[in-house]
Amino acid sequence: MWDWIKIAALGIIALLAALAANWARDLAYQVHALIVMAVATGLFIWTVRTAGDGPKVADTGYADGVIRAGVIATAFWGVAGFLVGVFIAFQLAFPALNFEFLQGYGNFGRLRPLHTSAVIFAFGGNALIATSFYIVQRTSAARLWGGNLHWFVFWGYNLFIVLAATGYLMGATQSKEYAEPEWYVDLWLTIVWVAYLAVFLGTIIKRKEPHIYVANWFFLSFIVTVALLHVVNNLSVPVSIFGSRSVQLFAGVQDAMTQWWYGHNAVGFFLTAGFLGMMYYFVPKQAEKPVFSYKLSIIHFWALIFLYIWAGPHHLHYTALPDWASTLGMVFSVILWMPSWGGMINGLMTLSGAWDKIRTDPIIRMMVISLGFYGMSTFEGPMMSIRAVNSLSHYTDWTIGHVHSGALGWNGMITFAALYFLTPRLWNKERLYSLRLVSWHFWLATIGIVLYAASMWVTGIMEGLMWREVDAQGFLVNSFADTVSAKLPMYIVRGLGGVLYLAGALIMCYNLWMTAFGNRVPAASEAAATPAE
Amino acid sequence: MSKDNKKQDVGTTGHEWDGIEELNNPLPRWWVWIFYATIVWGIWYTIAYPAWPMLKEATSGYLGYSTRQNVADEIAAVEAQNAEILAKLETTELAAIADDAELHQFAVNGGAAIFLANCSQCHGSGAAGATGYPNLLDDDWIWGGTIEEIAYTVEHGIRNEQSPDARWTEMPAFGEILPKEEISAVVQHLLAISGQEHDATQLALGEEVYLNNCAGCHGDAGEGIREMGAPQLNDAIWLYGGDEATLTETVMNARFGVMPAWGAEWQPAAGLTGAEVKAVSSYVHQLGGGE
Repeated sequence: MWDWIKIAALGIIALLAALAANWARDLAYQVHALIVMAVATGLFIWTVRTAGDGPKVADTGYADGVIRAGVIATAFWGVAGFLVGVFIAFQLAFPALNFEFLQGYGNFGRLRPLHTSAVIFAFGGNALIATSFYIVQRTSAARLWGGNLHWFVFWGYNLFIVLAATGYLMGATQSKEYAEPEWYVDLWLTIVWVAYLAVFLGTIIKRKEPHIYVANWFFLSFIVTVALLHVVNNLSVPVSIFGSRSVQLFAGVQDAMTQWWYGHNAVGFFLTAGFLGMMYYFVPKQAEKPVFSYKLSIIHFWALIFLYIWAGPHHLHYTALPDWASTLGMVFSVILWMPSWGGMINGLMTLSGAWDKIRTDPIIRMMVISLGFYGMSTFEGPMMSIRAVNSLSHYTDWTIGHVHSGALGWNGMITFAALYFLTPRLWNKERLYSLRLVSWHFWLATIGIVLYAASMWVTGIMEGLMWREVDAQGFLVNSFADTVSAKLPMYIVRGLGGVLYLAGALIMCYNLWMTAFGNRVPAASEAAATPAE
Repeated sequence: MSKDNKKQDVGTTGHEWDGIEELNNPLPRWWVWIFYATIVWGIWYTIAYPAWPMLKEATSGYLGYSTRQNVADEIAAVEAQNAEILAKLETTELAAIADDAELHQFAVNGGAAIFLANCSQCHGSGAAGATGYPNLLDDDWIWGGTIEEIAYTVEHGIRNEQSPDARWTEMPAFGEILPKEEISAVVQHLLAISGQEHDATQLALGEEVYLNNCAGCHGDAGEGIREMGAPQLNDAIWLYGGDEATLTETVMNARFGVMPAWGAEWQPAAGLTGAEVKAVSSYVHQLGGGE
C-alpha cells in the first residue's frame, strides 16, 4: 500500500516538475524543475521495480549505511568547496582568471557563494548530519528513529545543495549572505530539516540510556535554532510560482538586522554548537579519557546558546542600525568569550593525562589544533565585535582571515579527525590505511591555515589603515585601487595556503578510500558493534 | 590549571554513554572570574552607552555617546580648521592660486584626495591614464592644459548629456563614408606620420584622403587642434592605440570618449563645489604637463 502511495506521489511530482519546466520564466528555475523531474522519475522507476518485494528483514543494529554515505559526501563536498576556494582566491590575485568565457557563470561573483555554501552547508552540513546520526545512536543505544526517514534527510539535503549550487551559477540568488538560495529551494530545505529534527529527536526519545549525552544537547540546539533562523530570514514572496525571483518580506535596516541575526547564528549554531557536539564525542573517544567537567559542559552550553542569539548586530556597527542595537550586539559578543572557551577547556582538559598521544596519534593532534583554532577564533570574534576595533577591521580582509581561521582550523580539522575516526569503524576495518598520511595531512593543513590567516591579518590591517589615512588637513591619502594593488603579494600567499589545505584534503581522501575499499587493511576482528547497554 | 584537575580524583558523575564518562571537576576558577568580569563590564557598558530599548526610544547612556554625533563632530572640526584657507581658495582666481604657496599646497592636497575618490577609476590613481582615458602626467593635451582649460573640462566634462556646455565634437565613422582602400591608405599615412612601419605604395592616396577628410580637425601635419578636441597624430602617444588594427578600427567606427560634468550644478548630489573644482584642477595642473 505504502509503495503505491509513493509511486503515485512521485509520478505526480515528476509531472508537475515537467509542467513547471515548460512554463519556467527563467533559466535557473527551468534547470531546477528538470533536475527535480529527473530525480522524481528515477525514484518512480526504482520504486516500481522494487514494489512488492515484501518487507525487508527489520534492521536491529545501528543505521550506519546513511553515515557511510555521509562520510563520502563530506569528503567529496569538502574537496569541491576547497577547490573552488583556491580558484577564487587566485581570481582575486589575478583578475584575468575571470575568463571571458566564464562571464555570467564562473566569474568571482558567481563562484564566491558557491564556495561558501559548498564548505559551510555541503561539507559542514553533511559532516554534521553524518556525525550526529552516528553519535546519537551510540550515546542513546538506539537505532535511528523513523524507518528510512534518515535516507530522505541525507538525499534531500544533498538535493538542496545541488539546487543551491547550480542556482548560484545561473544567477538565482536572493543576495543574502549564506542564505542565497531562492524561495523554492528554501521551502525544500525546510521540509528536509523538519525530517532531520524528527529523526534526531525521535532517536533521543526512544533512547535506552537514562540521560542525554552533552553532544546531543549541542546537536539538538543546532537543529532547532537553524530551523528558526532559516525560516525567519527567508520570509519572502515569490514573484511567480514559475520563476526563481522573490521579494523579501523585510526591508531596509530591518532586513539587514534579520540577515545578520541569521548570519551570525549560522556561525553560532551551525559552525559552533553543532561542531561542539562532534567535539564532545570524538575527543573523549579518541583519547579514551572521561570528559573533563560535567559542570563546565552544562554551564557553558546554556550560556553559549543564550548569549549567541543576541550577538548579530555586531555585523552592522556604524551603519543605519541604531546605536543601542549595536551596543547590545557588542556587549553580548564580549560576554560570549568565556562560554565559548568553555568548550575549548573541556576538550583540551579531557586530553590531560593523555598528552603523550599528541606525539603518537596524529588524529589527537588534529583535535588539539582544532580546539586551539577554536579558542583563537572565539577570542578574536569578541575582540572584533568591539566598536573601536570593528571600525578598523570591518569590510577588510581581517574578517576573511578570522572566518577562515575558524572554518579551516576549527571546523575543518575537527571534521577531518571525525572522518579518520569513523572510516575504519564504519567499514569494519582494523585501522586506518596510513597514519603517516594523516601526519602529512595535518602538517599541510596547519601550514596552509597559518599562511591563510597571517596573510589576511596583514592585508586586513593594512587596508583598514590605508582606507582611514588622512593628512593633517583631513584629506584622503589613498585611493581604493591603491589598497588593492598593495594587497597583491598577500593574496598570492593566501592562495598558496589554500593550495596546501586542498592538498591535505586530497591526501585524506586517498587515505580514507584505501582504508574503506583497499584490501591492504585487515577487517576488524569483532563483528559489527551492537547497541551497548 | 589547578592541581585538582591533574589528579582527576574528583570522581565521575556515574553516567556512561558508549564508554564515555564525565568527571565531576569544578568550573576552573579563572574561567568563572573572567566570565563574571565580562558580565559586570557588560552591565556597566549598557548603562554608560546607548543600549536598552524602551517604549519610545532607547536609553542614551550617561556618557552621551552617539556614533552619528561623533562623525559629525569630526567633520565639523576639520571644516573649522580649514574654514579660513577654504574661503581664500573660493575667492582666489585660478591662475593666482599658485602664487600663494600655502594656498597652493592646500589646493593640491585637497585636489589629490578629490582625484583619488572621483577620477582615479578612469585616469588611474597615479593619473597615468588607461586605454581610452588620457594620461594627465604629460604635456599632450587634447582640450588644453592651462589651469583654466583643465577647470573647464572638470566642470563641464566631455560629450556628456549633463552639461549643455560640455566639450563636444564628434569624429565621423569613416567606415560609412570612405571605400575600404581609402581607409587602408589613410591608416598607412597615419603610421607614416607617427614614425612607424608602413606600406609606402599607399602613401600618395593616403595623404590625399587625409587632407580631404581628416586635416580639418587634426591639422595638415597631424599636429592636432585643441579647439576641436582632435588629438595630435604625428607623435607616439595614442589614446586608443596606434597599431594598424586599432587605427583602422578608430577610422572605421570613430571614438566617443565621455567624461562626466563634475560641477555640482550638473551632479546635484555628488558633484564638486567651485572650490573643489579649483583644487582638483590645481592638482592635475601641477602633475607635470600643466601649461
